[in-house]
Amino acid sequence: MEILVCVKRVPDTAENEIEINSEGNDIERDDLVYSVNEWDNYAVEEAIQIVDKVGGSVTVVTVGDEESEEVLRREMAMGAQNGLLLTDDAFEGSDGRGIASILAAAVKKGNYDLILTGAQADDGAAEVGGMLAAMLDVPYASLVNTIEVQDSKLKVGREVEGGNQDMYEIEMPCVLSIQTGINEPRYVGIRGIRKVASVEIPEQGASDLGIDASTVGEKGARVKRMDYFMPEMGEGAEMLEGSTEEIIEKLIEYLKAKGGLK
Amino acid sequence: MADIFAYIEHDQGVADDSALELLTAAKKIFPDAPVTAVVMGSGGDLDKAANDVAASYNAVWKVDNAAFSFPDAEAARKALVNILPADCVLLVPHAHLGMDLSPGLAIKMDSAFVPDIVDVEGLEGNTLKVIRQEFAGQVSAHVHADISSGAVVNIRPGVFQPDESKSGGGDVADKSGDTGDISVKRKYLETVQAEAGEVDITKSEVLVSVGRGVEDEDNIETMFDLAEAMGADVSCSRPIVDAKWLEKARQVGTSGQTVKPKVYMALGISGSFQHMGGVKGNPFIVAVNKNAKAPIFQVADVGIEADILEFVPELTEKIKEL
Ligand SMILES: Cc1cc2nc3c(=O)[nH]c(=O)nc-3n(C[C@H](O)[C@H](O)[C@H](O)COP(=O)(O)OP(=O)(O)OC[C@H]3O[C@@H](n4cnc5c(N)ncnc54)[C@H](O)[C@@H]3O)c2cc1C
Repeated sequence: MEILVCVKRVPDTAENEIEINSEGNDIERDDLVYSVNEWDNYAVEEAIQIVDKVGGSVTVVTVGDEESEEVLRREMAMGAQNGLLLTDDAFEGSDGRGIASILAAAVKKGNYDLILTGAQADDGAAEVGGMLAAMLDVPYASLVNTIEVQDSKLKVGREVEGGNQDMYEIEMPCVLSIQTGINEPRYVGIRGIRKVASVEIPEQGASDLGIDASTVGEKGARVKRMDYFMPEMGEGAEMLEGSTEEIIEKLIEYLKAKGGLK
Repeated sequence: MADIFAYIEHDQGVADDSALELLTAAKKIFPDAPVTAVVMGSGGDLDKAANDVAASYNAVWKVDNAAFSFPDAEAARKALVNILPADCVLLVPHAHLGMDLSPGLAIKMDSAFVPDIVDVEGLEGNTLKVIRQEFAGQVSAHVHADISSGAVVNIRPGVFQPDESKSGGGDVADKSGDTGDISVKRKYLETVQAEAGEVDITKSEVLVSVGRGVEDEDNIETMFDLAEAMGADVSCSRPIVDAKWLEKARQVGTSGQTVKPKVYMALGISGSFQHMGGVKGNPFIVAVNKNAKAPIFQVADVGIEADILEFVPELTEKIKEL
């Protein structure tokens, strides 16, 4: 089975305190720790496990700049055979639709049975997988947390409310967005990274993909982020201050009063 | 002005809470326009749900088809493309079904897609101005969408006040005959119910809830010690379940359990909306987090900026001494 997995390099929100730059038009990017989008990592792991079982190969693709190459290499160190970097100045400022159409152009140049994306990324939009499927006119399932290969079909589980799971049969080719928890992504050591360090990763731009540059990037975007600002969300918590001992004393008083101690 | 519609989720004949939240959002976009509810399903449950929202919406379109007796976003998408006017604005809850349905629908309708919004600032010409959150809720953004050829807008559940005015009183129109071909290449098989766990956290009065800040499986024991000293149960955020450190039945959130404790201790939890979406009944929330800017401090009653791995053992000791 030929599997394409769409991945993205994102600031790691678990490791970083996200701040806004002085112009308010972007987050402060100096000193940020970047990594591969959490959900994508599960998607790549799942693709590798499927190929281990039924044969085929895994290609990881990203729309980004030169620095995005590092996440392709990381996922290749995990076990993806091929990487593909879609990069062009014309792609900058693309909205979800722009990104999906760039990916769709790359998909059409290949021959993939299955396309995986993460359920969502740093902007929390959860849009690229569903858009990509619609553009390719293939079936889609989001928030997938189990995949079973059955000949030319897949049996997939979609996560729904309350920890329940909806099961579907889906024809290939198809696009699935992957939810965390589907597997345990393998650890990637320094040795693995070194192994793929010198592998050539092909790059494609708008003209290679046959994309009209005015339909992507900032020009083609119907949805635009104007600025960032710190959320105002009411008063917020009463922060307990003082020595640890004082804080604990105050907290215990609160817990007693609110029925938090039995 | 474009027509505005709201996609109604419902279960066993009862409209979801989001039904009246979408109405508030719709009125913020087009203050004077009539708003139409779209209710898809089958049989008596559909009729009940449609009548349920008719008091609130100016009009209700019901779409009755056996294909919609189970959750089928693929078929719903096909039907909606045929039923809705091309340049309309459709509001959909940003939940499990909405995420499955909406992005592809926007492409098929050639509309703008505006995901997971938390507020509407208004409409200027064809520009819809909304507010979104990024980076797990750490920062907000003003977003402008060109809706000249329509829009699908996903609304975050729980952020808009439900419109309880019941000022609609609309008729229910049957659109079942207009869906066209809704055959799909994805077939629904069954719904697998969540497994019950060791404890039923939905019944707990006091919860010690553990997040990714616990850092390591071995540290979970420390949190159980605190819970024991307090007479509380242990719950958790999703990454703890994904890592298989605790069982799924202990997960609080939209894809886990809805809890209604008196006291909720969030330890090393950032406070994402999917997590907080499972915390109901207005409990007293205590948050301990080493990042003073974590979104959890906006919703907690009491906050402590500390490393849980240092703070929790000391707290446990003091409680034991009582
Ligand atoms: C469709 C969908 C459904 C989802 N459903 C759920 C759900 O039901 N439940 C759920 O929880 N999530 C759910 N999620 C995931 C959710 O978006 C978040 O990713 C998740 O809640 C984050 O969990 P967390 O707060 O424990 O981890 P993080 O967001 O990584 O936060 C960890 C926090 O711990 C702090 N910290 C780190 N180390 C320490 C320390 N030593 N001491 C103190 N603080 C520390 C950090 O500052 C940070 O604030 C869902 C996501 C999607 C897309």
